[in-house]
Amino acid sequence: MISFSSVSKRYPGGQEALKSVSFTIAQGEFAFIAGHSGAGKSTLLKLIPAIERPSSGAVLVNGQNVGALKRSALPYLRRNLGLVFQDQKLLYDRSVFQNVLLPLAFSDLSGREAERRARAALEKVGLAARERANPVQLSGGEQQRLAIARAVVNRPATLIADEPTANLDAAAAIAALEIFASFQQVGVTVLVATHDEALIERFAQRVLRLAGGSIVE
Amino acid sequence: MKAWLRHHRGAFGAAAGKLRAQKSVALLNALVIGIALSLPAGGYALLSSLRAVAQGISLQPQLSVFLRHEAKRQDAETLGARLKADARLQVSRFISREQALKDLRETEGLADVVAALNRNPLPDAFVVRPRSADPGELDALARDLRALPEVAHVQADSAWARRLGALAGTARLAIALLATLLAFGLVAITFNTIRLQILTQRAEIEISKLIGATDAFIGRPFFYLGALQGLAGGAVALAILWGSLAALNTGVADLATSYGSSFRLAFLQPVDAAAVVLFSAGLGWVGAYLSVSRYLREIEPS
Repeated sequence: MISFSSVSKRYPGGQEALKSVSFTIAQGEFAFIAGHSGAGKSTLLKLIPAIERPSSGAVLVNGQNVGALKRSALPYLRRNLGLVFQDQKLLYDRSVFQNVLLPLAFSDLSGREAERRARAALEKVGLAARERANPVQLSGGEQQRLAIARAVVNRPATLIADEPTANLDAAAAIAALEIFASFQQVGVTVLVATHDEALIERFAQRVLRLAGGSIVE
Repeated sequence: MKAWLRHHRGAFGAAAGKLRAQKSVALLNALVIGIALSLPAGGYALLSSLRAVAQGISLQPQLSVFLRHEAKRQDAETLGARLKADARLQVSRFISREQALKDLRETEGLADVVAALNRNPLPDAFVVRPRSADPGELDALARDLRALPEVAHVQADSAWARRLGALAGTARLAIALLATLLAFGLVAITFNTIRLQILTQRAEIEISKLIGATDAFIGRPFFYLGALQGLAGGAVALAILWGSLAALNTGVADLATSYGSSFRLAFLQPVDAAAVVLFSAGLGWVGAYLSVSRYLREIEPS
């Protein structure tokens, strides 16, 4: 469960990105964070894995106040969250397979089990046949699917995606969202930030609409 | 435990792989570290060699009391009794003029000189050891002994040995200071090298942080890299030292032989050599630790 309680975020320059935002997302729920560019969607998502800390209020993930976590505790929080970034953050000097293996490198899994899981994740997103390719050889949609595979390889309870379809054509965007929906069906909480109203309409899930740093709907 | 060992093995392998991939850079770094370390290591080796020589010299204050040349054995016995009764003296040893001449004859290179003498020019003497090493008390004692009617001359034999001891102490301090300064230099070199290495892997580090890698996991390959560089630098320092001592010893051997000595500059004892390499590896680790910690705090402040 993710819960925001009167959360505000002000950046050092004085810009207030979020203003007293409160909401709760239940375990296994799929929700869109909608809003125009600059509405505060990315800031909101960054508060969940404590990439940013709230200026006031509390962000709870499974009952844990992540804003108060010590720096040394953050890795363990993040391992339970699958993060998909707008720019994917792939390693272009590694193969597709090695990119998916990365989160498992610091887990306690044996090498063989890690490889098995990485192949299963690639299978799930339809990239099993491209495991030896370099990410630069993949299309935009495939790169996004690779980012999803890396996010889910650790079997997180929550998937968080920031504009995962921003650079994709309509078909690729739908394919990516269908992968997220399939994870929600097996109990994973999914939180997707997007400004694509057509996708929101198509998937007909809960929507938290942000404008000027506040939830308006 | 198994996973922890696997992580360390992986980190060590990654560090060794980086060194192999950048052989020329690694070699240059090892040379810089090695040259820097060879200076204090060489100084230490030199002092150890000199210490072995100096150990044969007494650093206890000692006075030689020479009798007048015309003094009779009776005078020597009288003086011996006076010295024995003097509470300021710990030990006194009589050296007859005959014994002194015999000792001189046995000194290497002087046998011919002694043989050319038609009479014994050496006086009877007492070597005395005072209870106190205080310079003021020693001066007073020497003055009193000089005033005795049987005495011609009093010489403070240990003064030069004490000077040598003080000089050795100063040299040891200078080497310790040099070693400390160069240790900071080594840490700075490793800090900078690792910093450059971090910058080439910035994307991987930042992504790893975002998806749950601990600071220890990210830092470990760099710590091993720093330690391996230090280790290689330490080995280079020993090689430089060994080569330098071998070259110097050809000249030292000639000089020492002309003085009838078999003195040679000795290489470090195995335990000291191991300490140089381990110290260097440790400093490399410290430099890498400081560099990685600083970078990780830059990208994710507390």
